[in-house]
Amino acid sequence: MLYGGQVEKIELQQTPLLKIWVPWLGIGGCKISRRRGSSVPQLTNSPTLIVMVGLPARGKTYISKKLTRYLNWIGFPTKVFNLGQYRRDAVQTYKNFEFFRQDNKEAMQIRKACASNALKDICIYFSKENGQVAVFDATNTTRERRVSIVSFAKEKGYKVFFVESICDDPDIIAQNITEVKVSSPDYVNCDKEEALADFLKRIECYKQTYVPLDDEKDRNLSYIKIFDVGSRYLVNRVQDHIQSRIVYYLMNIHVTPRSIYLTRHGESELNLLGRIGGDSGLSPRGHKYAASLGSFLKGQNIKDLKVWTSHMKRTIQTAEHLGVPYEQWKALNEIDAGVCEELTYEEIQEKHPEEFALRDQDKYRYRYPKGESYEDLVHRLEPVIMELERQENVLVVCHQAVMRCLLAYLLDKTSDELPYLKCPLHTVLRLTPVAYGCKMENIFLNVEAVNTHRERPVNVDVTRDPAEALKTIPDHF
Amino acid sequence: MRDHLLAVRSEKAPCQTTIAEAIMSSREVGPSNSASPRELTQNPLKKIWMPLPCKNGLPEKHISQRKVCMTNCPTLIVTVGLPARGKTYISKKLTRYLNWIGVPTREFNVGQYRRECVKIYKSFEFFRPDNEEGLKIRQQCASAALNDVRQYLADEGGQVAVFDATNTTRERRQTITAFAEQNGFKVFFVESVCEDPVVIAENIVQVKLGSPDYMNCNTEEAMEDFKKRIECYENSYETLDEVWDRHLSYIKIIDVGRRYLVNQVQDHIQSRIVYYLMNIHITPRSIYLCRHGESDLNVKGCIGGDSGLSPRGREFAKYLGKFIESQDISDLKVWTSQMKRTIQTAEAVSVPYEQWKALNEIDAGVCEEMMYEEIQQHYPLEFALRDQDKYRYRYPKGESYEDLVQRLEPVIMELERQENVLVICHQAVMRCLLAYFLDKTAEELPYLKCPLHTVLKLTPVAYGCKVESIFLNVDAVNTHRDRPENVEVSRMAEEALLTVPAHQ
Repeated sequence: MLYGGQVEKIELQQTPLLKIWVPWLGIGGCKISRRRGSSVPQLTNSPTLIVMVGLPARGKTYISKKLTRYLNWIGFPTKVFNLGQYRRDAVQTYKNFEFFRQDNKEAMQIRKACASNALKDICIYFSKENGQVAVFDATNTTRERRVSIVSFAKEKGYKVFFVESICDDPDIIAQNITEVKVSSPDYVNCDKEEALADFLKRIECYKQTYVPLDDEKDRNLSYIKIFDVGSRYLVNRVQDHIQSRIVYYLMNIHVTPRSIYLTRHGESELNLLGRIGGDSGLSPRGHKYAASLGSFLKGQNIKDLKVWTSHMKRTIQTAEHLGVPYEQWKALNEIDAGVCEELTYEEIQEKHPEEFALRDQDKYRYRYPKGESYEDLVHRLEPVIMELERQENVLVVCHQAVMRCLLAYLLDKTSDELPYLKCPLHTVLRLTPVAYGCKMENIFLNVEAVNTHRERPVNVDVTRDPAEALKTIPDHF
Repeated sequence: MRDHLLAVRSEKAPCQTTIAEAIMSSREVGPSNSASPRELTQNPLKKIWMPLPCKNGLPEKHISQRKVCMTNCPTLIVTVGLPARGKTYISKKLTRYLNWIGVPTREFNVGQYRRECVKIYKSFEFFRPDNEEGLKIRQQCASAALNDVRQYLADEGGQVAVFDATNTTRERRQTITAFAEQNGFKVFFVESVCEDPVVIAENIVQVKLGSPDYMNCNTEEAMEDFKKRIECYENSYETLDEVWDRHLSYIKIIDVGRRYLVNQVQDHIQSRIVYYLMNIHITPRSIYLCRHGESDLNVKGCIGGDSGLSPRGREFAKYLGKFIESQDISDLKVWTSQMKRTIQTAEAVSVPYEQWKALNEIDAGVCEEMMYEEIQQHYPLEFALRDQDKYRYRYPKGESYEDLVQRLEPVIMELERQENVLVICHQAVMRCLLAYFLDKTAEELPYLKCPLHTVLKLTPVAYGCKVESIFLNVDAVNTHRDRPENVEVSRMAEEALLTVPAHQ
């Protein structure tokens, strides 16, 4: 937040990295604390505590992890606090479901202590680690437990948002148990049937005391109730922007099996010359790749495949080889390199050595003069991600920086890792959601192309020699 | 925006693109033969790469798909609820939003049909469930409306129709569902449930008392009659049921947005509708829109760029600060773009402000920082194309108004969530935001008047927005360029520059 003043002469300076205009306080003036998230306004003030509610095997952890991944990607620091994990740390070996029996007083003590510790850690995350959202992943099936969480939050000034998952379809529950419970550390020494039987008894232990969020009694709480994996939702008292985004996201995700294919356009003429950006066409090898891509897709025999491209010639030319309808998204356009468009790295070093160094210092947040940053890209790509969540089988033909952003979302990479993810030309990445994450297959279609990946050089100082700056540049014609 | 859906059936070679072809928002393109991929050409207006037509000079049939609507079926939105529950308010607002984001939408208000049929409204007795004649007329009106819906969706290129009526019985809703199924339309119900007598009374005061029905009544009479009208519906009201209606797609809005029940969302557009409905509110508030103070580039007659304020611009900023203070606005949020001139302006208003990149001025690409005279000189073709279709025209390596609208959608969404906000932005951006609030078409939008040093105060009232224009008495250049008469590519430079405003 920046505060205006009664200044006659409103002097501003543009921060070199983010290219944000801030008031100039003169030499020796104190710096306003650096704003996070330059391209997105800060729309939340209090930290938010998301509290999961539901019987075991209702997808709470799935939702927690996915939501956390999404919130982090769009720039809200978020962390999951999984109570089961705390329990596993406290009770080294899991014997059987008896631990979860209502009358097991000793276990109850341990479980309460774990919950307490988790809440303490949440406090630390908010106050000392700059966290903005914490997801408390536990059953929280009794009113008593939820009341204590709400008072804890009130005391600390956190907002609370409940996410309850309700499902009574035995097939879905069995599927969940098979996918994620049977392989849990709890059941490392059991065979499948034993694990399944024990887990079902575990669920029974909770059922007796389960009190779902109530229309009347809980009418003042903020929550979303998800019924039957998303066929129905009940949303109550959304308080603010972040809760509204969370609701929108949760209402768009699904669990239907499908695959997402990511690829860059075929090698372009500017790629060959080592130039960044621009809107050139494919090189001969690029065309060859596109044709191979077409054959590859036919071989994959994908049901109802949607194909998306950017508005740039090279992705559209690539899609033209595929023989299927495609949709153009402006949001998938490559990062705008502003004044550096169509330059080689050597030319950037020559013409804008300081910019080149700043970029190496913080590649995620660095914004090209009159251009964009990776951070801006993420913001631009959010509607694409939302639609990707809604869709089933999709092939996205895009660009290096764009693909890095999408990949970071799907594979939960940090903003530090994101700009250095390897997305070589002529390679298809096939991502298939499985358990709590994504299985990735890397398929190189055997058509040679230039390498466009530039590693972070060792010396990122503005004072460095050109040679040091250009050390990691890939070869080109 | 009232966009046109035109299948491209031109016999011309691609370089002689007609406006029709340019207007077609071809996001989705038909398949090509992978053995011989089609050549691409960049459409001169929108700068979209499209395959060249081939085969005997006849173009391929493009599957024209709107940007937002990724479904092929048109959608029929059906409101449900007792009178004075906000159905028409929601219908109009939703229609305005969908049109703005580029989904051709129209509302069909059955009450309107009834008023045209029964010229004079006598009393609530018309709505009595035992009034056979009344029922007959009402049924006819509903049918007439549905007929018009069919025409709009099937023949006129409409994508969404909002059927605004009480639709309070299961029977009526079944009829509508059957009608939709017959015609290949998807159905989405929007039910508004409210039992708060204060809210209902307020609704009646705001929109019913001023209705043509009660032209000749005083407030008490009208209030009394309307209440009895509501009672006529109450006995037969069957709300959407969790069990009975579990296969229908709907959102139930309870108590003006305290709670929502969302069932079986089928596709993208329904998901967007739900998101929008869940973000709007009716708490009274005002939205203030203004541009940055006059900038150095404004004075020179140059577009775009990132210059600072001129002396008069600084003067305006000061007055803006004073004006805002005098308005004594509770909890005002101030938003700017990330360009120097809006931030300098905000600095003079002593309220914290937020910078939104999405509020940046339209990117004029290769024309950035040029005067109109220079654009005419260096890019006469582009200059003419822009005058031909200013909304869809995209600057080379830049943006179009259409792109701007898409970029601004999250801003609008957040504006809906917020209460008192001052947005300090730019000419093209302000035109887009204004068009949303005042329901202007794509044709009108790029020519809306948004002069420098003028604050527009928008206050939602009844079904629309009250606008107050406040000029803060600091002179500035005029930056508004009207559409010239001659928009042909072949025109003379003078004709092109006829409407350029004066500058240094």
